[in-house]
Amino acid sequence: MATQAAWETFPHEADVGVRGTGATLAEAFAGAATAMTAAICDPAMVAAREAVAVECVAPEAELLLLDWLNALVFEMATRRMLFSRFEVDIAPEDAGLRLRATAWGEAVDVARHQPAAEVKGASFCELKAGQQPDGRWLAQCVVDV
Amino acid sequence: MDTSRLKRRGPCEWELPASGRMRVPGVIFASKELVQAMDDKVAEQVANVASLPGIVDASYAMPDAHWGYGFPIGGVAAFDADEGGVVSAGGVGFDISCGVRTLHTGLKAADVEGVKRHLADVLFARIPAGVGSTGALRLSGPEMDAMLRGGARWAVKEGYGSEADLLRIEEHGCVAGADPKAVSEMAKKRQRDEMGTLGSGNHYLEVQVVDQVFDAAVAQAYGLAEGDVVVSIHCGSRGLGHQIGTDFLREMVIAAAQEGIVLPDRELACAPLKSALGQRYLGAMRAAINCALANRQILTHLARAAFAAVLPGARLPLLYDVSHNTCKEEMHTAADGRKRRLFVHRKGATRAFGPGHAELPAEYRPAGQPVLIGGSMGTASWILAGAAGTEERAFGSACHGAGRAMSRNEALRRWHGRNVVDELAAKGILIRSPSFRGVAEEAPLAYKDVGEVVDAADHAGLAGKVARLRPLVCVKG
Repeated sequence: MATQAAWETFPHEADVGVRGTGATLAEAFAGAATAMTAAICDPAMVAAREAVAVECVAPEAELLLLDWLNALVFEMATRRMLFSRFEVDIAPEDAGLRLRATAWGEAVDVARHQPAAEVKGASFCELKAGQQPDGRWLAQCVVDV
Repeated sequence: MDTSRLKRRGPCEWELPASGRMRVPGVIFASKELVQAMDDKVAEQVANVASLPGIVDASYAMPDAHWGYGFPIGGVAAFDADEGGVVSAGGVGFDISCGVRTLHTGLKAADVEGVKRHLADVLFARIPAGVGSTGALRLSGPEMDAMLRGGARWAVKEGYGSEADLLRIEEHGCVAGADPKAVSEMAKKRQRDEMGTLGSGNHYLEVQVVDQVFDAAVAQAYGLAEGDVVVSIHCGSRGLGHQIGTDFLREMVIAAAQEGIVLPDRELACAPLKSALGQRYLGAMRAAINCALANRQILTHLARAAFAAVLPGARLPLLYDVSHNTCKEEMHTAADGRKRRLFVHRKGATRAFGPGHAELPAEYRPAGQPVLIGGSMGTASWILAGAAGTEERAFGSACHGAGRAMSRNEALRRWHGRNVVDELAAKGILIRSPSFRGVAEEAPLAYKDVGEVVDAADHAGLAGKVARLRPLVCVKG
């Protein structure tokens, strides 16, 4: 289970790139999720009060990353929440890879969070998920805002 | 962009000759300055679109083209189902039928000046805007399906606006062939609380004044004169459209390999128009177009109520409503002289039918279709008119906006929202937004000069300049 990961956003001409890195694929996925929150607001301003469970299955790691981020987009949109802490577990199975995760966050508070834009969806643009030559794991894509 | 690969066809027209996997050439409509400022990714994406099965005549880029997903934003391409043509979820994008509508107010700038601050506050209070905002309307399952089938026509029946509005919307406010059954339950759930909401990012409601008229005859046909106050609304199909884009992009990427379609970029995810998946996507995408039209109709109703509260007696008839991010079934005469039923993808591009087109309202038919171009919140927006012959140039299409000049990251580094609001207020432009960070990311200088874009559209013969609009009040999501 991953609780800590490095993350950053990166520029795209119209939208925002999100990137996570870590010692495992799961850590990189957690980092990418934090970066996606950073595309909306400062993750440090989002209290980890309420837990939401997320589960998805995909044939390979890149599709799984899209499914993970899009599942969070759906939860943010329908629950009117923002998330700041993620525990991710990824395990192989017959259909490919299964992700089980918990995202912690709170209801959107516009005055405090100052959210700039909602994420519409995670795209295949700049999509990468896998191990780098240096052994670290990377998970990234551009999200449409 | 490296222009050495391009052949200049005219002052604002450049050909990217077909090579490699390209089935047709690319054509970029832009001035030398604009084309040089474009990212090389635009040419790459134009070439990738040109490689898709069943593409007709050329892969086009409008003057505001910039790096998108699969298609460039500002990309136009038409496909023939009888020649193996495809429909691309990536070619339409996430924000299906995002568009602009402009309303007359019957008021002059002087009528508004004294109440501008109050009007800004009332509009901001009544128009749900920004992340997490919800509308007052909750639709049951059958009501949601009726909305997805009926679009703005459904909204008018529900009491949001009048029948007269429908005549001034593409397809009279309701695109045929929408299939609510093709829309996932997740998409419908995302929309449940979002009817009548503006959204966030680059979406806005602006009160504007007609700053300058460039074509008096067409302006008169559109009912515009210098000093007139108008209202423009920019938004789309909200969560429903976003989820449909997400659902079908994934499904098409996986299916493309099974159909033997080689995707140079996964964002070009597509399916043959005659396949079950292609038909299902068309049904869902058309439902999203109707959702966007219904949403803009409800927002129009809210804007009218806000004006009535501040300026009793003001009436806000619709000038016109245009959609970007669509795939529409249209009849066109292709370069081979044959009249063909084509599926025209416009990704960040506006339909711009020229004078005489049967689709246009009778009162606009001699002038051509109003083409509503959004600028940035501190500069200008434009009203153009579809030019004669534009159907032969890019299947009746033109640009849609200014296009970003820099990333959101860079804009955040350069500006603070509070300062942007204060500086614009000093120029007489009142900004109302729930998020200062959002304002910083949308700072006027983060966008290209919309004037250059519309000049290029005019010189390229896509759409002629009619009027320039200056913002007075901007409600930002």
